[in-house]
Formats: sequence, structure tokens, C-alpha cells
Amino acid sequence: MLFDRELLIVTGKGGVGKTTVASALSWAAADLGKRVLAVELDATGDLHTSLIGARPDVVPSYKPVERQQRLWSMSMDPEESLKEYLRTFLKIPVFTRIGVLSGMFDFVANAAPGVREIVTMGKVCYEVREQHYDLVVVDATATGHIVSQLDAPQAINELVGAGLIRSQTGWMQAILSDPARTGVVAVTTPEEMPVVETIELLERLRGRVNVDVAAVVVNRVLPEPLARADLAKFAAICSRPQELDSLVGGDTRLLRESIDFAVRQRRNRAGHLTHLLQAIGSTPVAFVPWLGSTEPGPSCTAAVASLLGEELGWP
Amino acid sequence: MTTTIITTAPSVPGQAAALGAARVLIVCGSGGVGKTTTAAALAAAEATAGKRVLVLTIDPAKRLATALGLEAVGNNETRVSLPADVDQRGELWVAMLDTSASWDDLVRRHAPDAHTRDRILANPLYRNITQRFVQSHDYIAMERLHELAESARFDLIVVDTPPSRHAIDFLEAPERMKDFFTSALLRWITLPYRIGGERAGRLGYLASKPFYQIADRILGSQFLQDVAEFFLLFQGMYDGFVQRATSVAELIGATETAFVVVTTPEPAPMHEADFFTAELAKRGLRLGAAVMNRVAPSAMADLGGTSPLATESIALASSFLERIDLETEVLDAADVASETASERAALRRIAIAAAETHLQQIQLAEHQRRQFQRFCLNAERRVALPESADPIDDVASLATIGRLIINPAAAPSAPKRASTRRRQ
Repeated sequence: MLFDRELLIVTGKGGVGKTTVASALSWAAADLGKRVLAVELDATGDLHTSLIGARPDVVPSYKPVERQQRLWSMSMDPEESLKEYLRTFLKIPVFTRIGVLSGMFDFVANAAPGVREIVTMGKVCYEVREQHYDLVVVDATATGHIVSQLDAPQAINELVGAGLIRSQTGWMQAILSDPARTGVVAVTTPEEMPVVETIELLERLRGRVNVDVAAVVVNRVLPEPLARADLAKFAAICSRPQELDSLVGGDTRLLRESIDFAVRQRRNRAGHLTHLLQAIGSTPVAFVPWLGSTEPGPSCTAAVASLLGEELGWP
Repeated sequence: MTTTIITTAPSVPGQAAALGAARVLIVCGSGGVGKTTTAAALAAAEATAGKRVLVLTIDPAKRLATALGLEAVGNNETRVSLPADVDQRGELWVAMLDTSASWDDLVRRHAPDAHTRDRILANPLYRNITQRFVQSHDYIAMERLHELAESARFDLIVVDTPPSRHAIDFLEAPERMKDFFTSALLRWITLPYRIGGERAGRLGYLASKPFYQIADRILGSQFLQDVAEFFLLFQGMYDGFVQRATSVAELIGATETAFVVVTTPEPAPMHEADFFTAELAKRGLRLGAAVMNRVAPSAMADLGGTSPLATESIALASSFLERIDLETEVLDAADVASETASERAALRRIAIAAAETHLQQIQLAEHQRRQFQRFCLNAERRVALPESADPIDDVASLATIGRLIINPAAAPSAPKRASTRRRQ
């Protein structure tokens, strides 16, 4: 089962509903009795909004905050993370002068771009290793970026010959590449470009970056407006609409156009889905129907959590 | 399906036609809103009107090729053939930015001598920065835009950018590069190498300094040496970087350069579009057009209006659904085994589905119309494009969409009632 893992990394092309899925997974796991830490990597606060609704008093915080029973959330801050890393982990004495440290961090992060990523993933892996929580769920960056994030330990290994940062990469890689502990949840919608990017992501994760894909979530799947058998009948009706008009009690042209649009739109998306399913292979897939123009918040998250539960099989 | 478009009056009426005169169009917006398609559409429209146009995508994902029906688009420009029935003097070119290859080109072009060039290309840090990490895309994209604009090979360059928070990075990239090469920390780290020469460039020399102790403990001295070498080598190219950063800033701020912000009528991308629009205003950059993609076709009929949409068909659908509920029992009692009864049942199912689908679509349309009415009000033109149920996959249909954005008034297929609507 998905929640037997200790680290779930939720990613997907921008706009597919990644944050909603990450918060729904956190929500569902906490509901099942797990102690869960939900981490947003981009510090926009969207993950917290999606868990507890938009509230002016809720600000992104690096320190985990308990949002509801057994569910904590935090926002990544690479600089804070580096400080913590140096202080508690590399046994480097606390810097008194913050300016030196932040200048140092900017320099290191710019000079060796993998450092920013490793400090970020380092914090996530650290929480997993220390087992303060049963499950860590990461609302990760978009597909294009997640690969460099997951690849950071290996990249640093190759780039940095020695030093403490390098010596820390081994255990991170061990956590990330263990399918019993870590899995990526790839979120997509049944549209062309999200599907293309998801397929590319799966290839790259299975290739150089050795991280298991735990599940693929297909979000905003449109409902079937008409059963297959009725589709042929609908075509016949459209060429002779009088019978329909008299049943409904007026000119049904706009109604027919609506259904025609919905049918074509769904058919177009079904083609992308077929393509995706071929590429996925045996990885579990969950379909989440389109829920209308819902604002992100607890009610949307709860709805998606329950739909995901039905699809991915938790009670 | 007929493609319709609705614009509201531009804030500066005199500039409305000027988008077609732009030399550079930079297309920005959230991921997944159809930005690449919009960029390709603008390029296709201008190319089919007889211009030489290049569309450059700087996103790491290979999107543009799919939108244009090309098998593979590389770092070098690839020419796309135009439909037979258009002005064949036009040219449409596509390039996808290959960060690694572009950096190599840049080094080859600007390195002071062959020795420096080879050592930069062989430096492990250089390889890593240019091959693996997305951040270097922003800077090199600016370099590439600069080079293409300088070459004067194209009448118009359309740039497709990564999602908008990154697009801000894109705007700031030349300045950050400049800062980077002049930072105090960089001077520190290269100090032992600059004063001691390569052989003396061992960190033991400064080992007593706390900065080097910490840096060495964290990163190791070999890595620090690689860093220092990388920057020392790059220093010879520094003046060029600064010079080009300045020209790029001029190019971006020129009146012939316009930004096109793209969104869909959903909360998250709308938020991103607002954020980016505010950033442009802060920098005094030109917001040539704001495009709202994938608007429900029913919303397009009266996008600027406030009276309810499709009142007649809503009344028809709702009263039918109320009535059919009451009739359900009668249906259950009928002989469903007979052929007529089953035909009748199918007709009812279809009628119910049509009425329900219609009501859903109108509800969505009302919501989207409200979204459009508050969307990017300071843009020179605001354009809504209807969601198409069918994929857009050829140059001709891309060009049709692009023309609607560049010159909405001339759109041949736009119905009269929807051509231009002025708002107060």
C-alpha cells in the first residue's frame, strides 16, 4: 500500500493539481492514524491553504506546525535548512554572524547549483531518517525540476571530491532509491502536454535517477456525458432533432451543441490517456474526476482524499 | 468549431495595432495554460503574413515540437513549412534552447584564447552547471535572444518562457550574472589563486582563515579549486557578459518588445498572471497582450456583459429536467421490453444528458466570464480564446489563433456581435 512507504514525493506539470493531491494524500494518511509531515518546497503557502483553507494568520513556516490531528505542515527554506544542517548535522558551530552565513550560502548555491537542491532534499531525507513522522509527503516542484532535485546527491558525489557535504550524500541516496521507503506520485491531467511530460518523467526516473514511481494520479477526468450505445443514437437525433425538440419542449440546438462539445472534448482526452496508460506499465493509477471550478481548501482536499482512497485502495 | 474572440478596449487605443509591429514577443504564464501553443500561434500568424519569424522555447520540456508537429527540434533553428495558400515570402523557424550546447557555443565565441576555451570546457564545475541544472537556462536564454536579435536574421522573435516565477528569474538573469561575477565572496575564494598563481593556489596558504576552514570542511579543497579555476577562467569573458547584459536589458525594455501573459480561467494560473503583470508594471515593461485561454465556448457570446447568459436555453433545460422527474414513474410503469419503449428511453436519456451538460457548461461559463472581467485590466489588449474540443496541431490553425491575438478586429470568422466590445 502507498502509505507503507515513508516518503512520497508528489510532482507533476504546473497546474495539474499537484498541491491538492499532496494535501489529499497527507490528509488521508493522517486519517488512517499515521503521523504525517507535509512539506511544500516552493514556500507559496498553497499547501497550507489546501489543508486548512485560506487564512490570513497562516504563513509559510519552516518549523512544522500541527494543522490537524497527526498532520504537520512546513515550507522549505533552503537557507534555514542549511543552518540546521550545519548546526545539528555537520557539527559545525553555530554562526553568530548571520550575514556571513547567508552570503556563504548564496555563494555556494550559485557556484554549485546542486547544493541548493541537496540542502532541500537533505532536510526531507533527514526527517525520514529520524522517523519523527510515519510518513513525509512532499509537494514538490514541477516535473522539469524534480529530476535535478532527486539527482542532487549523485550529482554532488560526482562534483565534490571530498568534504562533509559529500560524505552525507550516501545515506540520502539509500533512502531515495529504496522502493520500500520512497516513491514518486506523478500527477497529470488527461491533456496532451501534461501527459507528454509525465511520460518523460517516468523515463527519467526509471533511468538515471533511481527513484521508484509509487503511483500515477490522473486528475480532472471528465465525466462521460453519454453511454457508448447512446452516442450513435445522439448522432441520428442531431440530423433529425424534431423528436428531441418536442420531448424537451423547445429548440434544443444549444443543448445539443453542449453535449457535442463535451463528447468531443472527452474523446480527445481519452486518446492522451491511452497513450499514458501504455507508458505507465504496472504502476498503480488513480483517476480523479473533474470536480468543477472548486477553490482549493479543506473541502476540495477531503473530496480528493476520499476519491483517491477508493482508487488506490485504502479503507 | 468556429473560433471566436472577444477583446475589450485597449487601455491605450492607439497602441492596439502595434503588437504586430513588435520585434520581440515574450510569452509568459503558469505551466499548462497553453503558453507554448500561444507562442507558436503568434509566430505562425506573423510568418504566414510574410515575416521571417523564429519561435524559441527555453523550457526544458520538449513541448514545442509536439505543438508544431515536428519530430525533433534542436538547439539550432529548424524551418517549418508554411501552408501552401499563404504568403510564401514568410519563414517560420523553431528552436529549442539546449542549455549545454548554447553554453559551449558561447564559450567558443567569447573565450579570449584557445587555451582558456579548452580549460573552461574541461572544468568539471562548468560541465555540471551547464548540463544538469535548470537555473542556467535563464541566463543562456537571454544570451541566445540577444544573439538572435543582433543577427537581424528575423523580423520577429517569439520567446516561450518557463512558468512565471521562473520568468521573473529570466528577466533578472543578466543582472544576477553581473552581480555574481563581481561578488565579494567570489573575490575571496579566488584570492589565493589570483595572488599565488596556479601552483601556489593551495588552500593551505589561507588555511588559518575561518572562511576557508569552513568552506574546506563543507566542500573539500578540490572542489574549491575547481570553483576558483572556473571563475578565474570566466573572468576574461566578464566584460562581454556585462556588455551583453546591458544590451539585453535595453532590448527587453524597448518599445518593439512586448510581453504576452497567458492564463486559463482557473484560480492558480490567474494568480500567477496577476503576479507577473505586477512585476512587469514595476519594471516599466510593456504588457502587449493578456490572453485567457480555454474559455468555455458559451462564455464567449457575451464576455464583457453582466446579464445572465443563455437565459432561454437554461429555462428550457431546467423546466424539462423538472418535468421529466415527475414523469419517471410513468416511464417505469411502461413496457420497457418493447422496441418503441427502449427507443423512447434512449431519447429520454439523451435529452436529460443534453440538458444537464448544458446547465453545467453555462454555470462554468458564468464563472469564467466573471474571471475575465477582472483579468489583467492594464494590458494593451485583453483576449479570450475559446476552449477547443479538438487538438490544434497544424500551422494553419495556429496562425488563425495568432491572428486573433495580434489583430482581433480583422478576425474573419468572428461573429459581428462578438467582434469588439467596449467596457467602461
